[in-house]
Amino acid sequence: MSEPRLLPGNEACALGALAAGCRFYAGYPITPSSEIAETMAELLPAVGGVFVQMEDEIASLAACLGAALGGMKAMTATSGPGFSLMQEHIGFAAMAELPCVIVDVMRGGPSTGLPTLPSQADVQQARWGTHGDHPIIVLAPASVREVYDLTVRAFACAERFRTPVIVLYDAVVGHLRERVELPEQAEVVPRMRPRGPSYWPYAAPDGEVAPLAAFGDGYRFHVTGLAHDERGFPTQDPAVVAALQHRLQRKIENHRGEIVRCEQVLMDDAEVAVVAFGIAARAAREAIQRARRQGLRVGLVRPLTLWPFPDEVLSAAAGRVRALVVAEMNLGQMLREVERAVRGRTQVVPCLRADGEPVQPEEILQVLEAEVPAWM
Amino acid sequence: MDVGALDVRRYLRREMMPHILCPGCGHGIVLQALLRAVASLELDPDRVAVVAGIGCSSRLAGYVDFCTLHATHGRAPAFATGLKLARPELTVIVITGDGDGLAIGGNHLIHAARRNIDLLCLLFNNAVYGMTGGQVAPTTPQGSRATTAPQGNPEPPFDACRLMIGAGATFVARGLAYEPLTLQHLCVEGLRHPGFAFIDVLTDCPEFFGRYNRLGRGPEMLLSQKVRTTAVGPLLARKAALDGAEAPTGAALPTGVLHRETRPEFTRALMSWRQEGFP
Repeated sequence: MSEPRLLPGNEACALGALAAGCRFYAGYPITPSSEIAETMAELLPAVGGVFVQMEDEIASLAACLGAALGGMKAMTATSGPGFSLMQEHIGFAAMAELPCVIVDVMRGGPSTGLPTLPSQADVQQARWGTHGDHPIIVLAPASVREVYDLTVRAFACAERFRTPVIVLYDAVVGHLRERVELPEQAEVVPRMRPRGPSYWPYAAPDGEVAPLAAFGDGYRFHVTGLAHDERGFPTQDPAVVAALQHRLQRKIENHRGEIVRCEQVLMDDAEVAVVAFGIAARAAREAIQRARRQGLRVGLVRPLTLWPFPDEVLSAAAGRVRALVVAEMNLGQMLREVERAVRGRTQVVPCLRADGEPVQPEEILQVLEAEVPAWM
Repeated sequence: MDVGALDVRRYLRREMMPHILCPGCGHGIVLQALLRAVASLELDPDRVAVVAGIGCSSRLAGYVDFCTLHATHGRAPAFATGLKLARPELTVIVITGDGDGLAIGGNHLIHAARRNIDLLCLLFNNAVYGMTGGQVAPTTPQGSRATTAPQGNPEPPFDACRLMIGAGATFVARGLAYEPLTLQHLCVEGLRHPGFAFIDVLTDCPEFFGRYNRLGRGPEMLLSQKVRTTAVGPLLARKAALDGAEAPTGAALPTGVLHRETRPEFTRALMSWRQEGFP
């Protein structure tokens, strides 16, 4: 471990990216994510990397994808309005299977919303913001150290599954300064490159991915956002298109066990559980400890992977607890997923806030105090 | 290399044929000029990347046996910027159309020009949205008819070259599908130019522009290019450049090398600053 240091979340994100081998950053300034770009602009040249400030967020992700095809690990960071603009190229990255990392430091929305204030209201946009069925992985850190760790992990997942990966946290986590020790070495997953004389960039068994060559490596190949065959050439053959669509879905679904992470706190004897991610989960952690002191047996389920959603954990919890309290800083975006996962087998109680303020432990505790005795 | 007898099929992906272009479309002539330029410079196909947007011209990326990226509508210059920064040793060619490059992608095009990043951008200008069926484009002449301008286009068109000169492109030219040999020389000059090189290539869309405006089929439309334009010096490249291209209104449209200047190239500037410290 490194010496302990005081670090804001957005700087930890940049350091995690560099540790994971990111050598290309293209971005456009936006509050509350700009410190990531500023840190990358300062540190990337020293390690032989490229920083470029583009003309907008559309171009930022486009440049990242161009760099990814040049063989580089690439990242961009933004917040709600910019994240909306990036959806076009999140779809392109998903379709063309180009690895990249997109950081969305969430602020209040919709539209310009609350530029300097936190929210957790991009949960569903991160999953469904771009058109068409598409694979996506979304990671949700709750602390400065976890921003570092999950940014590293985002690059690992992007390479492993040739997919865009989104790191999703809010303005509080981004600007929060915490004392952290960083690992001496991060998990670096190198790009899987093709070997041999011929190369088809999309020839992979169902649920898997092909290696990705870089332009200039000696393989001449085609990359398109059109539906394509295993060589990458456009096609409208229903059987070929169906195989592509299913492979894109299954390359994530078949590896849920490898991708999905979800922390469970004091769940062994819990009769009620709070479900929360990111900064709301830290309020929830405090709330369940206070509830325990009052004799209420309450636990916490904290998804670190929002997409794919940890259905298995929630489903198992539904069989054990009398109720799940979903605490989040939006009007019920994760709530829908919890309700879907538990299929009516337990009560799901909302504890929502969407006014630009972080959810407080007291609010969660009040819901627990008001509701829990009725379930006992 | 003398490419007089070149069979350009060596640069084509024959498995992608038949192509999508209509009879009489000038895009194939333009592509051939580009391929002959690549051949005459003896560029290694493994080191040539073509980045294209969306539209008829952008579909050409799929037909050429280079490293090809068929990107999103209007965004090819931004994709190409990332690729060139990641792999400066590659020759990166952007293929775009007038709708792709000047409407939806105008922002990316002007900023690529401003950065003076070493790309050759070929804008296939047929004055209409061909792939979607003949809608009005930012290059459609005022008064011309299109499916979304049935009474005639009420808007004035862009002059792509003047736009690019204003944005900071360091090599700006206009070529014609009618003059493939001249166009080939312009492509050679553009590929050699160390910076952002832009060529506005006038091509024709008989199916969706010619038909609606009674301009005839392919041959008649190509011939009219000769009438509407005036060359800035024969064989262009080393002849006097027209500083700040003249306004085309009412007058013949100038062709040839319209602007050339020397400015630090973006990729090299970034690399040298990285090694030597920023100035």
